[in-house]
Amino acid sequence: MVDALISHYNYWLIIILMMLGLYIVVSRGNLVKKIVGLNIFQTSVFILYISLGKVSGGTAPILTGKPETFSNPLPHVLILTAIVVGIATTALGLALVVRIRESYGTIEEDDILIAERSQEVSEPNGGTV
Amino acid sequence: MNIILAHLPVLQVAIPLIAAPICVLFTFGGHRKLAWCFTLVISWVSFLIAGALLSHVLLEADISYAIGNWPPPFGIEYRVDPINAFVLLIISGISAIALPFARLSVEKEIENDRHILFYTSYLLCLTGLLGVTITGDAFNIFVFLEISSLSTYVLIATGVRQDRRALTAAYNYLILGTIGATFFVIGIGLLYMVTGTLNIADLAERLKPLSDNRAVHAGFAFIVIGMALKLALFPMHVWLPNAYTYAPSLVTVFLAATSTKVSVYVLLRFLFTVFGPTYDFVDLTFEFVFLPLALLAMFAGSITAIFQTNVKRLFAYSSVAQLGYMMLGVSLSNIPGLMATILHIFNHALMKGALFMALGCVAYRLGTVSLSSMKGLGRSMPWTMGALILGGLSLIGVPGTVGFISKWHLILGTLEAGYWPIAILIVGSSLLAVIYIWKIVEVAYLENDVDQNQVSKEVPISMLAPLWVLVILNFYFGIDADLTTWVARNVAETFLGGGA
Amino acid sequence: MRHHLVLRVVAKMLIPFILLFGLYVQFHGDFGPGGGFQAGVIFAAAFILYALVFGDDQARKVVPDKALILLVPLGLLIYALTGFAGILLGGKFLDYDVLSSDPTHGQHLGILIIELGVGITVAAVMISIFRAYAGRTKAIDKEDW
Repeated sequence: MVDALISHYNYWLIIILMMLGLYIVVSRGNLVKKIVGLNIFQTSVFILYISLGKVSGGTAPILTGKPETFSNPLPHVLILTAIVVGIATTALGLALVVRIRESYGTIEEDDILIAERSQEVSEPNGGTV
Repeated sequence: MNIILAHLPVLQVAIPLIAAPICVLFTFGGHRKLAWCFTLVISWVSFLIAGALLSHVLLEADISYAIGNWPPPFGIEYRVDPINAFVLLIISGISAIALPFARLSVEKEIENDRHILFYTSYLLCLTGLLGVTITGDAFNIFVFLEISSLSTYVLIATGVRQDRRALTAAYNYLILGTIGATFFVIGIGLLYMVTGTLNIADLAERLKPLSDNRAVHAGFAFIVIGMALKLALFPMHVWLPNAYTYAPSLVTVFLAATSTKVSVYVLLRFLFTVFGPTYDFVDLTFEFVFLPLALLAMFAGSITAIFQTNVKRLFAYSSVAQLGYMMLGVSLSNIPGLMATILHIFNHALMKGALFMALGCVAYRLGTVSLSSMKGLGRSMPWTMGALILGGLSLIGVPGTVGFISKWHLILGTLEAGYWPIAILIVGSSLLAVIYIWKIVEVAYLENDVDQNQVSKEVPISMLAPLWVLVILNFYFGIDADLTTWVARNVAETFLGGGA
Repeated sequence: MRHHLVLRVVAKMLIPFILLFGLYVQFHGDFGPGGGFQAGVIFAAAFILYALVFGDDQARKVVPDKALILLVPLGLLIYALTGFAGILLGGKFLDYDVLSSDPTHGQHLGILIIELGVGITVAAVMISIFRAYAGRTKAIDKEDW
């Protein structure tokens, strides 16, 4: 049992990071903290992919002419793509937070909800487009 | 000419992709109108390519195109078969019809110096959606899904000039959409861990002996939840009403008709081609997860729609209900049920495209889409409101419209599966749709105390023409449904007859 | 800016080396960790360091906005045009074998060109993202430092 814990430590780490990330997204009301939580969640996915690419006894996948066991290079490429997607999402999310701050004056979700509710109440019609 | 024909699958994605940076270069000189015109031409070219692909696949054989000349299990493969080509036609078709409408609508709703970047994001969204549909590689689906999702968040946020709640709507969609896409990636990672391949056809082969593997079960669960978030299956639909309501009109027309449908397509692809309905855990999912959630979606969506005062939000909740119908068809797992889902992908695109475009015309004249400001609009904007009511009839499922065709096959499917109480529920929720369409009819046509200060006249012909094209298509495919039902039956038999 | 003498001098010394390292990472991506995206970010980091130390206005003179609007699509166009070159020379999209007389050289050339495209776009995008955030609040007065 302890053996399973120690030998699969990377998978335990992945699960802990994934749950931490999701918990932060759900429980924190500050918009920037939500984005940070999302990043932690995505990092756990990167570690998942890299873990499954490692071949035990394998070395870096660069052809040098000597016959040897190589680790799988495909997951690394997949993760590069996923990292770029993560960065684009973070940049976009933060840009939206900057605009929300300029428009509402706050980045706490509760205060924004209060502002939006009062905006709905003050519009007798149901709003603009 | 032959070069073009041989490379059609990749041109379908590569042309909008290369159009996006070219569109950015229009900033040198500030050619706003040229950006719109260029986007229009690219959409029509994509539509022609999609039509060519569909006719080739229906009349001859499935197409497989290896990117970079690396043969399929090793390289990325673009694979076109009837369901693919059908969805490609829907995406490019809606884009081709919506863009003439866009010229005036975008002029009014978005600042002038943002037009060029708006059309660039639109082209990237189109690229992403077309890419998700045509690719045969699981990770490539994720990449294109994220391209389309990121551009969608940008497009929704451009509605900030009309209402600042567009920003929070885009932010919430960003958080939920990214969680959905990351779940999808985790699922793909687990499947890759077990089989060693990312190609969809190859995954289907290698997963056959592995139906007891726990990693496969976990991968399946992650993929289903991830795509359910993206397709706004109840209760993961919370991003949809705000996103559709506060986005600019063109964006709502395009997204309501395409983005959730593409996610339904991906789910169908994974459920039926990769996993196959013969697995126990897939069957159990249908019966215990999709069926109750679909029924809840149908009723929760329709009932919430009845109480809305903003008509755009009303139709957004109605979309949640329509997605419930699609998932109900999937969960029945028989031929009429699956045919209903595939038909509804097409029909819902036509219905919601027409409805949101009509609302876009109303917004162009009035600046608002609230129910109370639409008093007496039936007299001052007869063509627009006529289109809205006809689209509403299609939504209810009146015989002669496309809505009826999908509901008919759905009821046939439920009866064939032996679930006759559900057939009654389907009819019941269609009656709920009557209630909210009647609300609009009442306000637009039967109100007598019209606000005399509000002078509105009909919208220009460039906005009416695409609208009525969609309305006429609603009725044409409702009366002569041979082509669509033939394609749907073809696809359903392939999916249920053993996959791939 | 007397207060920041150490910062300014060290930044001036480091920025050329960061740029050089970025170029090294760009072109050695096939033999070690590296490639377009990493190199683009390192390249952009040099310009961002310059903007942080010397001020946004000064940085805008070094890399004007128009240049960024040109560079962002340019990299993607290089990538897409390499793909189309593969089609025009007889292979499939993004087929590198046909780019040169020998498939191995073709592969090498193809990867080099597309990584260059990726590097250009990524660097330009990173600098634009930084500029979009930095340009929104006004600079702090010298007395408030």
